[in-house]
Amino acid sequence: MEKNLTYIALFAALIAVLGLIPGVTLGTGIPINAQSLGIMLCGTILGGKRGAQAVVLFLALVAMGLPLLYGGRGGLGVFTTPWAGFLFGFPIAAYVTGRIVEQWDGTSFLLGAVLAAVAGAISLYLIALVYFIFVTQTPAFEAMGIIVAPFIPGDLLKAVVAGFITHAIYKARPDALLSRA
Amino acid sequence: MLALSLEQPGWAGKIPAGVKLLALMGATVLLYPVQSPTILGLVLLGVAALYGSLGQQALKSGLAMLRPLLVICLMIGFYHLVIGAFGRGAVFVLKLLAMVGIANFVTMTTRLSEMMDVVMRLLSPLQRLGVNTRTIALAFTLVIRFTPVLILKARALTEAWRARSTARAGWRIVIPLVLLALDDADNVAEALRARGGVQK
Repeated sequence: MEKNLTYIALFAALIAVLGLIPGVTLGTGIPINAQSLGIMLCGTILGGKRGAQAVVLFLALVAMGLPLLYGGRGGLGVFTTPWAGFLFGFPIAAYVTGRIVEQWDGTSFLLGAVLAAVAGAISLYLIALVYFIFVTQTPAFEAMGIIVAPFIPGDLLKAVVAGFITHAIYKARPDALLSRA
Repeated sequence: MLALSLEQPGWAGKIPAGVKLLALMGATVLLYPVQSPTILGLVLLGVAALYGSLGQQALKSGLAMLRPLLVICLMIGFYHLVIGAFGRGAVFVLKLLAMVGIANFVTMTTRLSEMMDVVMRLLSPLQRLGVNTRTIALAFTLVIRFTPVLILKARALTEAWRARSTARAGWRIVIPLVLLALDDADNVAEALRARGGVQK
């Protein structure tokens, strides 16, 4: 029980710290950075339920006014933009990723973790896209160009990195992978 | 850790956090369907006046918090100008700035502890479902405490990397960072257990 709590809390902190690694901000203002790597790792390492809990904890603190989002952003304002769907989708992405890692019984754990992170990213896109279309009434195709397309290369790369990191953790601390416990 | 709230929130700091949050929800619901650039422009002026009423520092901080959005707003405005739908672009930009401005205003004039009280009050019905909300409060505290600790550890790892390589550390420090975080989590779990543990 204590372990669940501290793992969830430490991973919420980890998401915040990963947001400090410099990234690039796209022309559309959407930042590509390591913060979403943290979301993926929550899923792959903590599993679905705990991973999602860690992300919710992180977002709750952001909403309460801590500048923990990439670029030192935070507060309630970030949840009122048309692309806030990404934030609302983060816990679901972590959940989807975590559930797949939990269920994965293929031969390569590395492959499973990468695929799980990709699936998480796809579910994140879907939520962010629907939210953006709903809020701005942008035509779906145009919205995909703004909201989804710019992220695909970066997220594929991050999914592979997340897979390798998870695999490395799995080798170093097999007990720590709550997703495989 | 740095918070986004102002040190001198003035009159707005005296309004209970719950009231401000309700007002924010009301404002968001009311603003959402508005399609008139004139009304939205007036609302935005009103928001600026809100910040202004708290003094120059508040106005400056408010603008600083909007800065990441300004680039996006310029791009959106330009895009709509190109496709010849300037009205739609103006509505989009004005509404975005007004909504984010109001929400940031609430954040800037409410201390973290007040926000936390509201959240805990909202969560209190969960106690009847058997959820221990004190565990949730402890989780918040742990994150607030551990974020600066992990930041220091990440910095130490980055410096160690720099001592060995001219390349940027980037994601390569993430593996040792996660391992350090896991070790911390194990230690804190043990410490909590030794002090009576947590109930769920």
